[in-house]
Amino acid sequence: MPQILVEGLAKTYRVAERDRGAWGPVRGLIHRRWRDIAALKGVSFSLGRGELVGLIGPNGAGKSTTIKILSGILMPDAGRCEVDGLIPWRDRVRHVARIGVVFGQRTQLWWDLPVIEGFDLLAAIYRLPAARYRATREEMVARMRLERLLDQPVRQLSLGQRMRCEIAAAMLHEPALLFLDEPTIGLDAPSKLAVREFVAALNRERGVTVILTTHDMHDIEALARRVIVIGNGAILADGPIDVLRAGALAERRLHVDFAGPAPVIAIAGVEERARDGRALELSFDPSAIAAATLIARIAADHAVEDIHVVEPAIEEVIARFYQLHGAQEA
Amino acid sequence: MMAPRPYLAAFAGRFQLMLQYRAAALAGFVTQCWWGSIKIMIYAAFFHAQVAARSPISLPQAITYTWLAQAFFILTPWAGDPDVAAKVRTGAVGYDRLRPLDAYAWWYANAAAWMTARAIPRAGLMFLLTALIFPLVGLGAWSWRPPAGIEAAALFVISLLLLVTLSSAIVMLINLCVAATLTDRGVNNFVPPLVIVFSGNLIPLPLFPDWARTALFLQPFAGVMDIPVRIYFGGLTGAAALAGLGLQLFWTVVLIAAGWMWMRRVMGRLQVQGG
Repeated sequence: MPQILVEGLAKTYRVAERDRGAWGPVRGLIHRRWRDIAALKGVSFSLGRGELVGLIGPNGAGKSTTIKILSGILMPDAGRCEVDGLIPWRDRVRHVARIGVVFGQRTQLWWDLPVIEGFDLLAAIYRLPAARYRATREEMVARMRLERLLDQPVRQLSLGQRMRCEIAAAMLHEPALLFLDEPTIGLDAPSKLAVREFVAALNRERGVTVILTTHDMHDIEALARRVIVIGNGAILADGPIDVLRAGALAERRLHVDFAGPAPVIAIAGVEERARDGRALELSFDPSAIAAATLIARIAADHAVEDIHVVEPAIEEVIARFYQLHGAQEA
Repeated sequence: MMAPRPYLAAFAGRFQLMLQYRAAALAGFVTQCWWGSIKIMIYAAFFHAQVAARSPISLPQAITYTWLAQAFFILTPWAGDPDVAAKVRTGAVGYDRLRPLDAYAWWYANAAAWMTARAIPRAGLMFLLTALIFPLVGLGAWSWRPPAGIEAAALFVISLLLLVTLSSAIVMLINLCVAATLTDRGVNNFVPPLVIVFSGNLIPLPLFPDWARTALFLQPFAGVMDIPVRIYFGGLTGAAALAGLGLQLFWTVVLIAAGWMWMRRVMGRLQVQGG
C-alpha cells in the first residue's frame, strides 16, 4: 500500500481577463471576462513510505499546485488523492497534523517572535507532550546548529539561518511526510549543503518520506533517487535521474588536452563542440562508439597530455528535456 | 480540534507582543485625552443650557461615560486585525490551513489578544489621569467617577468581558470581509463611522431622541460600549442591566456563529495565491 496515491488530479484556475487599452479596466467593471488556466491536467503517481522524490519542472508547470493539493490547502477539480488513507482537503485537520511543509519563499514562523517562542507556539498548536517536544527540539537544534539563533526574532535572521529554523520547525511534530517547496532558493552554498545534509539524514535515519520541488538540479542530484518531471500540468517523466538523463541527452563528452595544437578529429559519430588552443571538446554517441574505443583511437594518432569523459551538466539535461516536451513556460 | 491549548497559546503570544508597543500606547492615550476633553467641553455647554433637568443622564455621568469610552476606545471593533490584512495581501492566508486548527477560533484568539493587550496600557493611563489625578489637582468635577455601587461594579466586570467577546466577533466579521474582498481598504473605511455612532462613542446613546432609543439599545454595537458604561455609572440597573448583559451574550453567540459559517465558505473558495 503506497503512502501517497494520486490519480488523475486536475485543477483549473479562473483568472479575470482585462481588455487592453485605456478603456479596458472600465469595460471590465461592466462585463468581466474569465479565462480558465489548467494548472493540472490529470496527474497520477504513487509514492512508498520512506521515498525521497524530486518534483521538477519549469515555472508554472504545476509543481506548487500539486504540493498544495497534497498538503490539503487546495481542493482539486477532479481526481483522487490519498495520503496514508486520508483525503487531504476533506480530512484536513487530521491530515495536516501528520505532515510537515516548508515553503522556501514564505515564512511560517512568527516574524516578530524569537525563534524559540515560535517553536513553543508550534508545540501548543500541535498539542505536543512537553517531554517529547523538548527531546525533538533538542535533536533539531543540534542537527541544524541553531543554538545561537534561538533567542533572535525571526526578522533578524539571514535567509540561510531562517531556512534552517523553518525546516527544524516543520519537524517539531515529527511528521512522517515532509513537503519541501524550493527549500534552497536564494541560499548560499554552505546553507544549501546544510539543508541537503539535514534532509538526507531525516530521510535515512528517521525514514521520513520527502517530496522536494526545486529548480536547483544539484539538490536533485544530491538527494533524489527518483525524479518526477511535470510540464504543462502533466507528468512528463517519472524515474531515476540516470534514466532521465539517458532519455533526454544521451551524448557524452570527451575533453582532450593535446601536446600541440588541437587537431581535427574525423570519426563517425563524433562531433567537435569547442576548441581552445591545445584543448578540444568532443561529443559522441556512446551507442555508436564506445568511450574506450574513441580514446584509444585518438591516443594512437596524436600526442595526448590529458583526457577525460564528462557528462553533460544536469541543468543542460533538464533544459533539453523541457525542450523535447515543449514544456517551457508560456 | 477545539481543545483550548493552541488558542490560549495564540492569545498569550499575541498579547505579550502587542504589550511591547509603548510609543503607540502613549500616542493613542494622548489622542483619546484630546478628544475626550473636547467632548466634555461640549457636554458642559450643552448641560449648562438648562436642558439638564430633562436629560436622561447627568453631566457627571456624561463625563464618566466619555472617559470610559475613551479609555476602552481600542476595544471597539473599528478595524480588522492588521495581521489578517497582511496575510491576505501576501496570499499567505491559505498557509494557516496547514495547521491542525479551527481557522475561525485561531483568528478569533488572535483578534481578542490584539485588542485587549492594546487596551490595557491606554485604559490604565486614562484611569490614572482622569480618575486619580484630576480630583487631586482640583479637577474633580471633570473626573472619571467611581462605579455606582458594588453591584454595578460587579456587573460592569462581566459586561466588560462580554464586550471583548462581542467586539472580537465583530472584528472577525471585518477580517472575513477583508479575506473575501482581498483588501482591507473598503471595510476599514466603512466600519469606523458606523461603530463610532452606534456604540455611543460619538454621542452617548441615552442622549439620542426617545423614538430611536429602543432600537439603539437592541443593535449589536450598543454592547461594545454603551451597555457596559451605563451599567458602570448606574444608568442600567436591575432587570435593565441583566437585559443589557443578555443582549451582549446574544449578539456574541449570533455573530460568532455567523462568522464561523462565513469562514468555512471563504476558506473553501480561497485560491492560494502565488506559485
